[in-house]
Amino acid sequence: MQKRFVTIWFRHLLTDWLSLRRPALREIPFVFAVKDHGRLVVTAANTLAEEQGLSPGMVAADAKAIIPSLEVINDIPGQDIKLLRALGEWCIRYTPTIALDAPDGLILDVSGCAHLWGGERAYLKEIVTRLRSKGYDVRAAMADTIGTAWAISRFGKLTPIIENNRQAEALLSLPPAALRLQPDVLERLQKLGLRTINSFITMPRSVLRRRFGQGLLQRLDQALGNVEEPVQSLQPLEPYQERLPCLEPIRTAIGIEIAVQRLLEMLCARLQQEGKGLRTAVFKGYRIDGKVVQMEIGTNLASHNTRHLFKLFELKISTLEPALGIELFILEAPKVEDIPPAQEALWAGKPGLEDTAIAELLDRLAGKVGANTIHRYLPDEHYWPERSIKVSSSIREKAVLTWRSDRPRPVQLLARPEQIEVTAPIPDYPPMLFRYKGEVHQVKKADGPERIEREWWLEGGQHRDYYHIEDENGQRYWLFRSGHYNGGGSDQWFIHGFFA
Amino acid sequence: MKVPDTKKDIITQLQKSILLMQGFVPPSAGLADTVGLGAVEAAFPNAVFPAGAIHEFLSAAPEQAAASGGFISGILNALMQRGGACLWISISRTLFPPALKAFGLEPDRIIFIDLKREKDVLWAMEEALKCPGLAAVIAEVREVSFTESRRLQLAAEQSRVTGFILRSDARKLSATACVARWNITPLPSELESGMPGVGFPRWNVELLKVRNGNPGNWKVEWSAGGFIPIRKDPVKAILPLKSLRAG
Repeated sequence: MQKRFVTIWFRHLLTDWLSLRRPALREIPFVFAVKDHGRLVVTAANTLAEEQGLSPGMVAADAKAIIPSLEVINDIPGQDIKLLRALGEWCIRYTPTIALDAPDGLILDVSGCAHLWGGERAYLKEIVTRLRSKGYDVRAAMADTIGTAWAISRFGKLTPIIENNRQAEALLSLPPAALRLQPDVLERLQKLGLRTINSFITMPRSVLRRRFGQGLLQRLDQALGNVEEPVQSLQPLEPYQERLPCLEPIRTAIGIEIAVQRLLEMLCARLQQEGKGLRTAVFKGYRIDGKVVQMEIGTNLASHNTRHLFKLFELKISTLEPALGIELFILEAPKVEDIPPAQEALWAGKPGLEDTAIAELLDRLAGKVGANTIHRYLPDEHYWPERSIKVSSSIREKAVLTWRSDRPRPVQLLARPEQIEVTAPIPDYPPMLFRYKGEVHQVKKADGPERIEREWWLEGGQHRDYYHIEDENGQRYWLFRSGHYNGGGSDQWFIHGFFA
Repeated sequence: MKVPDTKKDIITQLQKSILLMQGFVPPSAGLADTVGLGAVEAAFPNAVFPAGAIHEFLSAAPEQAAASGGFISGILNALMQRGGACLWISISRTLFPPALKAFGLEPDRIIFIDLKREKDVLWAMEEALKCPGLAAVIAEVREVSFTESRRLQLAAEQSRVTGFILRSDARKLSATACVARWNITPLPSELESGMPGVGFPRWNVELLKVRNGNPGNWKVEWSAGGFIPIRKDPVKAILPLKSLRAG
């Protein structure tokens, strides 16, 4: 079958995109610029700026000299590819095979598609008008080869549609740059006065190869259709979503359970095949009265275990209100992660935090009482007791530091130190007695002081002098004096913890 | 064979099967099922610390809670020897994880569940006890009823996970289905030859109730990474003063 290609050229891809987001920019000249060797270099200019002679590659300072009111915007690296990809995905309505042509074009393989829009002319017109109405300044062309279509879309002056096998005629009057050649080859052609393709296309191939290299011949062959040009087509991400329409509206909890079960089986089968597991899932029910009810679950570890995920949903089914009935169920997995393939049989009984059974237990707990109730702590690089631990972000996170046990730390630590009355007659000695909650404790044994300085770069305040204290009943406490010993009754003493 | 002997045999046989029905599993041959409590373990049936059962600790005052926390950590140290994780479920937790390192535990292997309602604690504990991957589950509650404790005990027997309940409301001590009721109180520590300073933690370990065992009272000290029973005679009698001077 005869191949047909369309290439779309976005003449001002980035600037058009920004003008769409910030309509105020439509009226003023602006450029994108990126830092390069200590100066700003223009990477893209909008139509107004181009009209006044600005072009990519200029230094921003020079551009400002030409247009004093020029707006210079920092370039966002990778934005053009992202944008092209989004536009390519949008274009999938016209053909299933689309390739990106960085930095500013799209290649559409439209073989056998055009008749659906009533012919090639109508088809091309549809694409161009739709994109132009969105606000993108585009040019498109259609031909048998990518090379010719590319050339016509950039340099063509007559018709954008090249008939079958008429590539050579269409190309003759175009400049060599239309062949997508390397800059140094173009420069050599320019020097030799070969200003159109017509002027060198008839030369013997061996001469062309010797003077300009294989690249020129290959591009020429690609444009003429003598060799195939491979393209890498865009693979749109298929969302992890399953649908279950119902013949009759579902109103019972059992019905919903069955729906959850079926959808999970479908989704998990796909996840399992791709070696992935879901971290979050949303179950939506579309009611006949037009409202949508939904429930959400999250897991600590990516999972494609139907039974486990069902248990998580089961806890929440009672929160769904079917009202008059639900006619469509949708299960989505917005967050999906890779699962390392596990050797289930060998590792099933593995103890410790790696055990999937524990992760599943935590999921169940989180599902009922909320994920913010589950904490796991790792040591942190602080001496200040309140900051010496940090909450670990995941169950798999390993401790980088080792837990310190060189200084005594109490088993019970009060969330906030409580002020106590103390008799401490000798400076920097532990107190003789203290009163806590109305009870007087005679100090029999004591260790300390252990001075812990406040981290001044985090917060201001007094240091603490900690004492490990045992009273006459053998009960052990962690007391501290805030700041230095002043004598008299002005010292501030606190109780901060209880030792085992 | 003589008749009384057979009778005795029958009785011991029956006792053993009753114990089995109550969830006391005799130790399997290969595993060293000791938690290092020494003489205290003899109070239990088969002279083995019953793992896979619910133990109840009285902890009214924070001092007692701290002592119980330390004592439990010592037991957990043995239970988690073969790698494993445990869950600590509570409402208003004051436990300070770094302190557990002193009892040989890796505090990052403990997952804390901080809940808002008392009812959720028991639910979470039962859910956790059904998960055989855990080494132990510790829950701080104010009060636990007989029915609730029975549910927990059955779940623990099924999964062989050890459960610890810290009861903070000591005023009404209802009967429970737990295998043991402990009361841990701190004792004054002692350093060798009366040196100044605070020594290793010492506790008075009281077993108020033991199902099919003998309640009792022991004094233990946590030092050198294990429980050490405190001898009645003073320490300095064993270590002559001369050797200390030489050191």
